[in-house]
Amino acid sequence: MTGYVVRRLLDLVFVLFGVSVLVFLMLRLIPGDAVMIMLGANTDITPDRVEALRRSLGLHLPLHEQYWQWLTGVLRGDLGRSIWTGRPVLDEIVARLPVTLQITGLALATAIVASFPIGVLSASLRGGTADTVVRIVAILGLTLPSFWVGVLMLYFASTYLPQWPTIGYVPFASDPWGNLSRMVLPVIAVALPMIAGLSRILRSSLLDVLSLDYIRTGRAKGLARRTLLYKHALRNAMIPVVTVIGVQVGYLLSGVVVIEQVFAIPGLGRLVIGGISERNYPLVQGVILVVTAVFVFVNLLVDLAYAWIDPRVEYA
Amino acid sequence: MRRFFRRLIRNRIGFIGFVLCIVVLTAAAFAPRLATHDPLRQSIRERLQGPSAAHYLGTDNFGRDVYSRVLHGYRISLTTALGAVVLATLAGGAAGLAAAYAGGWVDRVIMRLMDILLAFPIILLAIGVLAVLGPGSVNTGLAIGIVYTPIFARLARGPALTVLSWDYVAAARALGAGAPRIVVRHVLPNIAAPLMVQVTLSLSTAILVEASLSFLGLGTQPPTPSLGLMLSDSRDFLLLSPWTSVFSGLAILLASFGFNLFGDGLRDLLDPALRNAAA
Repeated sequence: MTGYVVRRLLDLVFVLFGVSVLVFLMLRLIPGDAVMIMLGANTDITPDRVEALRRSLGLHLPLHEQYWQWLTGVLRGDLGRSIWTGRPVLDEIVARLPVTLQITGLALATAIVASFPIGVLSASLRGGTADTVVRIVAILGLTLPSFWVGVLMLYFASTYLPQWPTIGYVPFASDPWGNLSRMVLPVIAVALPMIAGLSRILRSSLLDVLSLDYIRTGRAKGLARRTLLYKHALRNAMIPVVTVIGVQVGYLLSGVVVIEQVFAIPGLGRLVIGGISERNYPLVQGVILVVTAVFVFVNLLVDLAYAWIDPRVEYA
Repeated sequence: MRRFFRRLIRNRIGFIGFVLCIVVLTAAAFAPRLATHDPLRQSIRERLQGPSAAHYLGTDNFGRDVYSRVLHGYRISLTTALGAVVLATLAGGAAGLAAAYAGGWVDRVIMRLMDILLAFPIILLAIGVLAVLGPGSVNTGLAIGIVYTPIFARLARGPALTVLSWDYVAAARALGAGAPRIVVRHVLPNIAAPLMVQVTLSLSTAILVEASLSFLGLGTQPPTPSLGLMLSDSRDFLLLSPWTSVFSGLAILLASFGFNLFGDGLRDLLDPALRNAAA
């Protein structure tokens, strides 16, 4: 296991290096002069200002020196400065990160908790028509656009539950109830496709496991259905579910970026979209880099958890 | 081909998906003929109407006919999604086949590059590409194509490696067949089935990603009708008239749902392992 962990960590370093190169190149690949494009919306540009921004971004250096300067900055926690507010990009991200992590975490928990009963229940519906209906419903759930579900929920909540606080965000520390009640709708909206995905996988793997010999043996020796299902079958059936959680978190993050726009939640999604519309490239680069790094770490944790749960995983 | 269709009809899920795909594709292809109004024509007197005989799906805040806008929106959405998936299939397929055929360091370098692209959450990579290229539907297609490339590279490489290890490929090589011939004549037909399934399923998700990006204002730019943008704009008058929100979102769902069902059915039909198990 130690060897496996070390190798996965080396992979991680390599992937993060590649990610950093791509994110670094973003600013340099913009057709035309990135500095002029960034300042374009401003009327009071002076040649001094242009030169100052160019220098602060390190654009006067040769490419490899630029990368080196940028990377050493990033490793020290310096993601540059937001070109409009002048605040360090890292500060802007740190202020927003908890918001996005909270929605993502709550949605992940909701999806995992909800998909178990749904998966188990749908596994008990078997045979011709039931199979077809379960599959169609699962695919419908998978393809539900979460931003549309969000908009519809916003409509129904404002029409029928006008007291319910639907949009915006308040920190949990200052108003726990206000925070959680505003989380309900966006969390449901982004969790739905994941619930569909996870319960579909749980159902099919549960059906596979239930047809195995050791389950028949268990039944033959008189084990109660419940014991058989929950103690023997479900644990093995969970393995394929765990393996896809890492990938699913990626979809979840994508959903959260969009849902933040629907519910006016000041998270990283709104930060990055705002950054693009005002051509604040250091900010955009910073958000992409940080969120991708978080995602890569989550994937590592899922892989390690998987290796730990399933002793059959080969580390070779 | 005929046998394939007969089996498709018997596979209920695939058939429902197939019908939905045909409906959506027809809507997109014949949008100018099927539309009852000019999708861009504004009519302030007819703003924010519900569905009626004159406007099947009602009108938006500029009095534009939502039904006609949905049809034209399908054109943009489907063209963009299709372009993206074709790009990803060609680029990713070529990369995966090259990696499998060349092996060694070429294989390692190509697949490592793909790993790096896969490390980004989908929407963020697309946003990054659009930040570089600028918004617009063509650039959205490019962005989604880049995001999906590693999926096809991995998909092509695995089975290609298996096929390349078979004896008849060695025999073809012994007979003097070159790399292009072996890949095109022997490897491609063997990996076509999983590739087809992935193309269909990717179309389903690409439609959603395109709608998300348009919703964020990074995709198709106004006044061109696009489903994501229609949904986004309709939020401003959601409480006055929810119809535009309902129908533009439903249109996105219908297209994505149709392609996903079709892909799911295709997997049943084309996957030989499953087919034998079912028979």
